Amino acid sequence: MSMNRRDLLKMIAAATGTAFISSNAMAYVTLPMKSLSQTDFSKDDVAFFNEVGEVIIPRTDTPGAKDANVGLMMAVMVTDCYTPAQRKAFTEGMASIKKLAKSTYGKDFLLLSGEERAALLASLDDEAGVFNKKQELASKDLKDEDKPLPHSFTLIKQLTLFTFFTSEVGANKVLRYVAIPGRYDGDFPYKKGDKAWAT
Amino acid sequence: MANNHYDAIVVGSGISGGWAAKELTEKGLKVLMLERGRNIEHIKDYTNAHKEAWDYPHRGERTQEMIENYPVLKRDYPLNEPTLGMWANEKDSPYVEEKRFDWYRGYHVGGRSLTWGRQSYRLNKEDFQANGKEGIAVDWPIRYEDVSPWYDYVERFAGISGSRDGLDVLPDGQYQMPMPLNCVEKDVAARIQKSFKGQRHLIPGRTSNMTEPKPKEGRTNCQYRNKCWLGCPFGGYFSTQSSTLPAAVKTGNLTVRPHSIVTEILYDKDKKRATGVAIIDAETNETYEFTSKILFVNASSFNSTWLLMNSATDIWDGGLGSSSGELGHNVMDHHFRIGAHAMVDGYEDKYHYGRRPSGFYVPRFRNWGGDKRDYVRGFGYQGSASRQGWGRDVAEMGIGANLKNAVSEPGSWQIGMTAFGEMLPDHSNRIFLDPNKRDKWGLPVLAMDVEIKENEKRMRKDMMQDAIDMFEAAGMKNVQGYDADYFPGQGIHEMGTARMGRDPKTSVLNGNNQVWDALNVFVTDGACMTSASCVNPSLTYMALTARAADFAVEELKKGNL
Repeated sequence: MSMNRRDLLKMIAAATGTAFISSNAMAYVTLPMKSLSQTDFSKDDVAFFNEVGEVIIPRTDTPGAKDANVGLMMAVMVTDCYTPAQRKAFTEGMASIKKLAKSTYGKDFLLLSGEERAALLASLDDEAGVFNKKQELASKDLKDEDKPLPHSFTLIKQLTLFTFFTSEVGANKVLRYVAIPGRYDGDFPYKKGDKAWAT
Repeated sequence: MANNHYDAIVVGSGISGGWAAKELTEKGLKVLMLERGRNIEHIKDYTNAHKEAWDYPHRGERTQEMIENYPVLKRDYPLNEPTLGMWANEKDSPYVEEKRFDWYRGYHVGGRSLTWGRQSYRLNKEDFQANGKEGIAVDWPIRYEDVSPWYDYVERFAGISGSRDGLDVLPDGQYQMPMPLNCVEKDVAARIQKSFKGQRHLIPGRTSNMTEPKPKEGRTNCQYRNKCWLGCPFGGYFSTQSSTLPAAVKTGNLTVRPHSIVTEILYDKDKKRATGVAIIDAETNETYEFTSKILFVNASSFNSTWLLMNSATDIWDGGLGSSSGELGHNVMDHHFRIGAHAMVDGYEDKYHYGRRPSGFYVPRFRNWGGDKRDYVRGFGYQGSASRQGWGRDVAEMGIGANLKNAVSEPGSWQIGMTAFGEMLPDHSNRIFLDPNKRDKWGLPVLAMDVEIKENEKRMRKDMMQDAIDMFEAAGMKNVQGYDADYFPGQGIHEMGTARMGRDPKTSVLNGNNQVWDALNVFVTDGACMTSASCVNPSLTYMALTARAADFAVEELKKGNL
């Protein structure tokens, strides 16, 4: 321990009346944000995820998935938070969208019109609905960790919603966010069209 | 270190340790507070307090790496990005599970006072008498009347908000204005009152979140951000840092030593008194000894007992307090994760503003006021009503603008509540020192052998069915009971293992929280509990600590310690 630190501790003791001996203050753990290079995915992957996300949550009179750059956060979440099985299903799901574009329209997904993209993903969403219902019936007696994964498009849809509505853009521009409400009102007026609270 | 002698040593800096330090320093004693973990300074070190999901690398979610590093924490909600590091590292500080036991520990200044649930209820008269009447375990050596003035005292200082409801089952205290029920909860409360003819009540939660400021203590009232577990920059809820520590610091009588793992209470067998403690510096592994006239052990229930087990082993194999045969026994928690949820029709022109860090409470009604079940004791419910957000089931909404518009608006109102049940003290539910395993510092570790028994299992049937019945009686829709399974420890309300009693042959502590075999050692955290009640226990630890500190100083003055 250097003299300086000892002096500092003495000063703290004098100022506050407490001696914090061997005080090596450490705050709550703060973690650095992740960059693309720390994920399993490329810049092109992220661009594609953003395009898929934009079909699920499009820009309307408010920002959409691309405005929130959901693609990057999807890449981060899939790399770090998903189980290997979920990661595989997500990656295969994204690949199958590309394949389906080719087989249905004979074009890359990125070259499809807005209507074509929407029709393609809507058909996948329907397929996912049917698939999940069957899975649910088959797995209703299983424990959570033993349950089979939902349809890969469901993973993609859920992750799009999550990364969008937990983004600063989604929370502030599409939902409503107040950092410090200051009071609680459990009888707060609401009219149709008013946005939901982000948190 | 120049000075190794103090009037009093307090082991631990959580809810009860903070109170011990405050009371003893304010009464003029020079106090050394020892904390095994790092320091966390009020406000300055609450580094995540203003963050939202988008400020975290994974939006606050857990990563696979975290899951791997925390095999116990991963079992439940405490493992997440915002509070990472606020729970004991399981690799450094392992324990052994003879039976599954989820142990969530806060190893830092403030302990779990920073991350606690803040619900603050008094035990009632019956709680202190039931063991004696029913012949279960041993009788409490004290009664409600002994603790009542101390509840008054700690409630005023800690700042508890709540309603005064005039119920014997849940005695009223010295409260600030309650955090209000919302429009749905108010109506449900009225319907339950009517349907159950005044035998069941739904009231605002009583919580240590303040609704009125305490300017003298530099504390602002709750700002309704609902981020308490990140440390409150407003001092809006009770923690060691916001409340008891600044009061103790102000006296000029307190020394705090973080990174100090107390390994042993030093014991003089001729005088039958403790003389001090031995510690390991958690960073340097150097050992030190500190001496004092009295000792307050507030290391959290199991760690307080661990310390007793490791002390005076040259006299008693099982450690200080083991002469009773009860040290480490009678582990209790609150069993829960069972209840019901439902949908609420209507109220579409109503919403909520602000994030209330509390909810409603349904006090115990079973085995009360003439009700008689096939089990003893009872349970209370904690719950809330709210409108659904964007995370609701969106299967039918498709994709695109329709989906976006639909989930950008709040969904239906929903309501849910979870029962917290009393767990009986049972000698066979115990913790003990594992003969093989050691922690990072070479110290022995605890093994847990705890399970819920028949009484709790029978109670759980009512805990689910009564919730269903109440929601149905209140006109809720799609009422669904749930039982998410309970494992001991999950309540994070560990109690018992060094119980209070009237007889040194059957209890570790007397009615003033003194260890029978070392009267200058006081244990005033959850370890001392003779029975568990069904209410959240921390307020009772505060009251018992203040009471014991007052007694200890009187005894010191009389020359009895």
